[in-house]
Amino acid sequence: MSGEVSAEIRTSHILDLAADGKRLDGRGPDEYRKITVEPGFVVTADGSALVRIGDTAVLAGIKLEPGKPFADTPNAGVLTTNAELIPLSNPTFEPGPPQPGAIEVSRVVDRAIRAAETIDLTRLCVTPGEKSWVCYTDIHVLDHSGNLIDAALLAAVSALAHATMPAKRFGIAEADYPLEVQHVPIECTFVRLGDAIVVDPTFDEERAAQGRITIATDETGRVVAMQKGLIGAFSPDDVKGVVRRAFVHGDRLRGLATGGAR
Amino acid sequence: MGSVGAKEVPVLLTADGRRIDGRRLDELRPIRIQAGALHQADGSAFVEWGANKVMAAVYGPREVHPRHLQQNNKAVIQCRYNMAAFSVDERKRPGLDRRSQEISKVIGEAFESVVFAEEFPRTSIDVYIEVLQANAGTRCAGVVAASVALADAGIPMVDLLPSVAVGKIGGAIALDLKKEEDNFGEADLPMALVPQSGRLVLLQMEGHMTEAELAQALDLGVKGCRSIHETMKQALRDRYSVAPLAGGSA
Repeated sequence: MSGEVSAEIRTSHILDLAADGKRLDGRGPDEYRKITVEPGFVVTADGSALVRIGDTAVLAGIKLEPGKPFADTPNAGVLTTNAELIPLSNPTFEPGPPQPGAIEVSRVVDRAIRAAETIDLTRLCVTPGEKSWVCYTDIHVLDHSGNLIDAALLAAVSALAHATMPAKRFGIAEADYPLEVQHVPIECTFVRLGDAIVVDPTFDEERAAQGRITIATDETGRVVAMQKGLIGAFSPDDVKGVVRRAFVHGDRLRGLATGGAR
Repeated sequence: MGSVGAKEVPVLLTADGRRIDGRRLDELRPIRIQAGALHQADGSAFVEWGANKVMAAVYGPREVHPRHLQQNNKAVIQCRYNMAAFSVDERKRPGLDRRSQEISKVIGEAFESVVFAEEFPRTSIDVYIEVLQANAGTRCAGVVAASVALADAGIPMVDLLPSVAVGKIGGAIALDLKKEEDNFGEADLPMALVPQSGRLVLLQMEGHMTEAELAQALDLGVKGCRSIHETMKQALRDRYSVAPLAGGSA
């Protein structure tokens, strides 16, 4: 198929450029595409954010509902994260049950939110063992032009940071109040292109990649999650290098997630 | 992790640096590997690692199912990591949950990074990992079992793939967490190493670690993998070595 052939030519061109420290779109190896965050994009959600990283667009929406706490955590609310790679966003996605790629995105995002203790789950408890808030984070990938994980977590955290507890609607309190975010995890994804390891891969760079690695950091200087994906390998020194870079990017991107939040 | 509102936290590390089961921080649980444990599979291995029991089987290279996954220039590696319903304290609903699907994906990608898949175009190499009894570190035990099973099946690879999880317990970096340490510890970092290149093809992490702790964890994990690598090689030697002929000369 001609599509496959042109993809292969593009891949070898991307690798040739990377060997000279260059990228197809002119960025440096440690440079993100332009990022915009638009909180409150969907008013029917209790919190939402549309995040664009270059041509990639991801929308996260929060819904908060009263429910039952898990038996082993009677004093905590429930957090669930789901990501959908809908066929609208890329010619390679097909309708149907979530594919491993979508499951990986939601689990890696969920892991960062959970491990960073983004939300104090005990504050979502209403009556211990009986009633607690369930916080659903649904991530819709609208335009998949690479680096879904970073965009998805940024959208999720921004949506959480701008979310309102619909306490009045469910008769739990007299008035609605803001959902409190106590830590802000940021994920930074890198791919190997030959000997180069570049941040924020485009769709074509991901296809050319010889390994992908994601590092989640929070504002207290902790690494809270990591995930290596795709076919390829990283040395321990490679990992230490990208962790350092992830801290620097994280500090810069964190303000975008919470920007304008109360 | 996930200890919100959980029961009493046990003492994971004593003042003299001993763990729940008496191990030091850099000590592995006992590992026993049997290569060729099954008869129908093209390759197989059974791993008992601490209180983990994991069976792996490899079928192929064979026809690709479903057909549309077939690749013209290389074999596809299809990996299925599954936990038996009875492998954990509270019965697990049978079938692949999201966790199992994610683990299947990253393990499959790890093996695709070391197998010479281009030698077998338009075929599938199917790797099945069944966790029969779980006690933390099952994905690593699964990688070790599957790697030995791939070798047992005669699949050409860059190298075997030793794997281990490093964690953080009582504020200290520790090798090869067991269940209590995993449940109540502060971090978990599973990895798989290509011994020859010193590179990692599987790496995940959840919890809290500083940059310095993470560096320490990587180094400790690599050390652990190198030791497991020896056990894996020995398992293959045990299966395939033949007694020297009587009276033969060297």
